[in-house]
Amino acid sequence: MGKVTFRIWRGDKSGGDFKDYQAEISEGMVVLDAVHQIQATQAPDLACRWNCKAGKCGSCSAEVNGKPRLMCMTRMDTLPHDQPVMIQPMKAFPIIRDLVTDVSWNYRVNKLIPPFKPRPPDAPDGTWRMGQEEVDRIQEFRKCIECFLCQNVCHVLREHHRFGQTDEKGQLTSGQGPSEAELFGGPRFMIRVASLEMHPLDTVNRLPLLQKELNIGLCNITKCCTEVCPEHIHITDNGIIPLKERVVDEFYDPLMWAVRKVGEALGVRRRKSLPMVNP
Amino acid sequence: MNIQTYEHDVIVVGAGGAGLRAAIEASAAGVSVGLVCKSLLGKAHTVMAEGGIAAALANVDERDNWKVHFADTMRGGQYVNNWRMAQIHAQEAPDRVRELEAWGAVFDRTPDGRILQRNFGGHRYPRLAHVGDRTGLEMIRTLQDHGIHQGIAVYMECTIISLLKDGERVVGALGYYRENGRFVVFHAKAVVLATGGVGKAYKITSNSWEYTGDGHALAYHAGAELQDMEFVQFHPTGMVWPPSVRGILVTEGVRGEGGILLNSEGRRFMFDDIPENYRNQTAKNEEEGFRYCLGDKNANRPPELLTRDHVARCIRREVKEGRGSPHGGVYLDVSWMTKPGAFSKFKDPEFVRSRIKDPVEHIKKKLPSMYHQFKELGGLDITKEPMEVGPTTHYIMGGIRVDPDTQMSRVPGLFACGECACGINGANRLGGNSLSDLLVFGKRAGEFAAKYAKEHSAGRINPQQVEEEMRAALAFLDSPLGQENPFQVQYDLQNVMQDLVGIVRTEAEMVKALERIQELKERAKRSFAPGNREYNPGWHTCLDLRNLLTVSEAITRAAIERRESRGAQFREDYPEKKAEYGNRNTIVSKGPNGEMQFRWEPIPEMPAELKRIIEEMK
Ligand SMILES: Cc1cc2nc3c(=O)[nH]c(=O)nc-3n(C[C@H](O)[C@H](O)[C@H](O)COP(=O)(O)OP(=O)(O)OC[C@H]3O[C@@H](n4cnc5c(N)ncnc54)[C@H](O)[C@@H]3O)c2cc1C
Ligand code: SF4
Ligand code: SF4
Ligand code: FES
Repeated sequence: MGKVTFRIWRGDKSGGDFKDYQAEISEGMVVLDAVHQIQATQAPDLACRWNCKAGKCGSCSAEVNGKPRLMCMTRMDTLPHDQPVMIQPMKAFPIIRDLVTDVSWNYRVNKLIPPFKPRPPDAPDGTWRMGQEEVDRIQEFRKCIECFLCQNVCHVLREHHRFGQTDEKGQLTSGQGPSEAELFGGPRFMIRVASLEMHPLDTVNRLPLLQKELNIGLCNITKCCTEVCPEHIHITDNGIIPLKERVVDEFYDPLMWAVRKVGEALGVRRRKSLPMVNP
Repeated sequence: MNIQTYEHDVIVVGAGGAGLRAAIEASAAGVSVGLVCKSLLGKAHTVMAEGGIAAALANVDERDNWKVHFADTMRGGQYVNNWRMAQIHAQEAPDRVRELEAWGAVFDRTPDGRILQRNFGGHRYPRLAHVGDRTGLEMIRTLQDHGIHQGIAVYMECTIISLLKDGERVVGALGYYRENGRFVVFHAKAVVLATGGVGKAYKITSNSWEYTGDGHALAYHAGAELQDMEFVQFHPTGMVWPPSVRGILVTEGVRGEGGILLNSEGRRFMFDDIPENYRNQTAKNEEEGFRYCLGDKNANRPPELLTRDHVARCIRREVKEGRGSPHGGVYLDVSWMTKPGAFSKFKDPEFVRSRIKDPVEHIKKKLPSMYHQFKELGGLDITKEPMEVGPTTHYIMGGIRVDPDTQMSRVPGLFACGECACGINGANRLGGNSLSDLLVFGKRAGEFAAKYAKEHSAGRINPQQVEEEMRAALAFLDSPLGQENPFQVQYDLQNVMQDLVGIVRTEAEMVKALERIQELKERAKRSFAPGNREYNPGWHTCLDLRNLLTVSEAITRAAIERRESRGAQFREDYPEKKAEYGNRNTIVSKGPNGEMQFRWEPIPEMPAELKRIIEEMK
């Protein structure tokens, strides 16, 4: 199928530039194959992350022709071959080298979220009962492969750098002062909280966390996150919007949360008013 | 020694299911735990597991219990399994799965709200707890999100390159950070290896770049024994087309949901060759097989769900005899059920129609990631067309020889669990038995490593050993010996193993393979990585190659010695199973002069109680 030019960003924290490489394209090839070919034959020190090459681990995130993508799931036949294919690292995160960025911030955000705590077991053998329809909606959120592409495109992080502050102990906080010091958890962690908040067995209230530490209010529902999610999770419609409603409810009526959690514990179905888009 | 050093009671190498579970358990025992992994947390191979976790919960079929699971595992492994491990595994797996639910995992549900279980090859009853076809993701995320709150120190993108010893004992490990190439020493009282498998020794594999046999090689060089290395599982259904996705797994769940295998003549060839010891458990006709997939408890499983070794060989036979698909595989078809009148040929079509209202939706709901995988990578709609599939290197049953109860190797302080350890699977692993293995023996490894750490003081690290290992690692950046391209050496090795030590083996070819491996070892020593130490994949490949070569040699030597066909090992020159090989395991270890040694280890007599279980379940 011929040769295609790849214009790949090479460099590190101190700066860098695009460099052109040629790769031989064959049927069914994906962008990651081309990067590997270049690595094996022309640039053995070309850094990129990958693990599964099957869209399952979320390691190979990058920007291909300006679009945030998994390189292993971007087929060459979906890209024009007569002009160079541009590959850049994700923009929102600090560069380590070439296509590899420092995504450790995301792991620090995750640590802020209090873990799952179930209600007492439903059956004497220590197990619980949940219906499939009760778990369907959180199974959608749990499909997340932590590729962080949604974090990468969210303008609150990408343009407004709301990465918070890290204290001496390495713990992330929502700092005072300039707006950059304020923390926004980002879409990935909004749906992680959603997967816990809407978990039929969970008993923890994370609404104050959403409002204060993770600053859910900073999201203005542009839906850019949903557009790039390779798992097609309805991040905004099914996750963030219902969470925002819950936060508002709680703010005006703190009893709401308790009522809802007790209702859930008794097996009462959730409020009908929550929008639910079919996954 | 001016190098960063971390002190922990227990160091766990590997953050897949096994490593995470071990770290959680050790931490719960009150010792300080460090968890080291080559890639980012949550990206380990476990994340790719699709089909499910095998555990005799008996939620779907009340006839299931640990004894049936045990007997199935032993039958699948052709009785060279470590029976004690198979027993512990079958007994403890249900608790380990329920525990995941208590930590927030959300499995698919039965109509009465319990954990749903699905059919899989070689399991008598529906036994695999699952979440669609992304069970591994659910498992690793649950362990990860639970684990990060247990006070475990996590060292990500840090690769261990050697184990450090004080006399006989393991006292730590040396690694480097991928990000900056800096070395780091972990000083510990006990080390748990949970590094996964070796699939990257082969050209066609479902495994990721991490599967370079690091744990196997680390343990081998530290004095541990490797057992049953000849048993490499070739999963029958990997993608074969297009070329760039060759090897990517097509989950067995496709067959569990009623997918059938066809040759180019349209014949369902799996009905043609059903092994004697499975005859009583296999469907007599297509309708019975499909009813089994739909949960009819009186039906037997379709022949597509026979054990992996058998299905893989049948596929290879069809291809070899000229009945393959255009790209050298066979057809795997679920789309048959979407064709008009698909069920009319059955005696009782209403039974099927009552379970499957809309076949297209049924397929999409049961196999969402397979649907996407083929749509996006293969440009094919599996609800409309058959897939092309062929065998792919998937899993290694062999591994570090450990004590069945404590998971300690013969090197004091060195533990192993998960795919890099050996015992439960024998000559062939049943699908789903790996994820449960990770949980059961990960927990045990963590528990006993913590116990060992409490009972022993910290050993002394030998700075000279550290210096030597670092010097050897850095040599690849200077190329004092030559300019071999490490990627090319790895590629050549993959071809050798694929062609000469693959799914069908002969003595002559494997002897040739050993010669080629020796040549490749020399070339690997001369391999060269231009650039510096910062995130340099060429350099990483130079270092990984050493391990790949060690495990490739171990696989080949063990495969030569087992002069019979059993489970995953098929010898064209010895096509029959032989009784005299049925009671022993192959062992390789490092000899006094650095050469690889071979010996046989007899399997201890099974207790009468377990024998009786096997007899009853025959
Ligand atoms: C596509 C696919 C589907 C599968 N589906 C199923 C299924 O449905 N059911 C089932 O039971 N099994 C399944 N398996 C098998 C199962 O997934 C694996 O056997 C299992 O996940 C291995 O887990 P582990 O914890 O041993 O290792 P892994 O999950 O592979 O983790 C290995 C860890 O070790 C680390 N590591 C490796 N080397 C080093 C080093 N030198 N230094 C530091 N860290 C290192 C890695 O970074 C990683 O964190 C599947 C396998 C594949 C490939
Ligand atoms: S919808 Fe909210 S979270 Fe998503 S990209 Fe827009 S601002 Fe960010
Ligand atoms: S929500 Fe989607 S885009 Fe965001 S990290 Fe998860 S998988 Fe990636
Ligand atoms: S390599 Fe795993 S998602 Fe691309």
